[in-house]
Amino acid sequence: MHNGNNMPQTQEILTILGQVCDPEIPVLSIIDLGIIRQVKISDNQIEIIITPTYSGCPAMDAISIDIKLKLIEHGYSQVKITSILSPAWTTDWITETGKRKLKAYGIAPPQYSGSPAKNVECPQCHSQHTKLLSQFGSTACKALYQCNDCKEPFDYFKCH
Amino acid sequence: MNPLIQFTLFLADSNLILSQKNAEWCGHGPILEQDIAITNITLDLLGQARYFYQYAAELMNQAGHTHITEDSLAYLRTEREFKNLLLCEQPNGDWAQTVLRQFFYSVYQQSLYQQILQQSNSQLSAIAEKSLKEITYHIKWSSEWVVRLGDGTPLSHHKMLQAIKALWPYTGEFFTPTDFEKEIIPIDYEKLKMQWIDSVQNVLEEAGLPMPQNIFMHTGGKLGSHTEHLGYILAEMQYLQRTYPNAQW
Repeated sequence: MHNGNNMPQTQEILTILGQVCDPEIPVLSIIDLGIIRQVKISDNQIEIIITPTYSGCPAMDAISIDIKLKLIEHGYSQVKITSILSPAWTTDWITETGKRKLKAYGIAPPQYSGSPAKNVECPQCHSQHTKLLSQFGSTACKALYQCNDCKEPFDYFKCH
Repeated sequence: MNPLIQFTLFLADSNLILSQKNAEWCGHGPILEQDIAITNITLDLLGQARYFYQYAAELMNQAGHTHITEDSLAYLRTEREFKNLLLCEQPNGDWAQTVLRQFFYSVYQQSLYQQILQQSNSQLSAIAEKSLKEITYHIKWSSEWVVRLGDGTPLSHHKMLQAIKALWPYTGEFFTPTDFEKEIIPIDYEKLKMQWIDSVQNVLEEAGLPMPQNIFMHTGGKLGSHTEHLGYILAEMQYLQRTYPNAQW
């Protein structure tokens, strides 16, 4: 992520953005999700550059509105949100903190896209003995799995 | 109209119309997981269509049109102005026909977008880069269904044969470039066709299904000459904006 010149203010903005959550997975902030690409600060405006996760994800519109509202709460009224597509978002940009939060929430975190595919670990009992039920889960970013040991069905955040 | 705008609209319209057709399955899928799968694919197609419409609107406004938006392009154009592939407007039929239509389209999309990715137009290649990640999943899902039904029971095999018969005549259009395609970016249509035939043949073989040979191919969608199905789709999709202009949620 590239920041503007104004470091202390950029830090402050990033801290505020850390309070904006993904509406579908409320344990993750948009910082955890890795969709904030740049914060540009000029005299009279703050520009937040974000990248979408999935093209059709309905959460993206909600996130843009939430960013504006959260910044207004903190006294920043001139906010512009710009969406860029390239480089395309990857689950590798989800932070380690984000992955820990996902697991604690009961969603198996994504594996690294470059590493060889391993068995998806059950977030409940940590068994590696799991099976895919459906490639598409409750949202575009998740697949539905089931643990063969504890029998619990769970979401897996797909590697993307 | 400038060929780049026409090409962008062709990409947008094909995605939008297929997504509108797939969306009819919402709440009617054979089982819950597959209902969710087809609607998730539908959302991806719609999201990709929106990027193309937003870009087309920007180009059109720069070229002197006024007040063009992604919404006006989707909701306020007539049938003859839509440039989608004929395949995308074909009826859902049964589940076999729906998954086969998705499979044919996704494989085509993948090869076409891989070529767009190599082009100098940065916005089109950014959209292609983003979409290709999603298309990989669409192909995986739809090809698994083609194999499962083709290599399933005699009934499911028969339904897959019927689906091939119904949809194959609309695939020739993929590789028949129009003037606007020839003018804008150098797409290698021979390569596109070879890749498509190759991927489709592999899956059909695995499914125990025949590749049709020497079938008459319909064309015209890219130039606005559609089958009778598109009018009904637009009538439903555009009804609200036509009846209550500028209505909002």
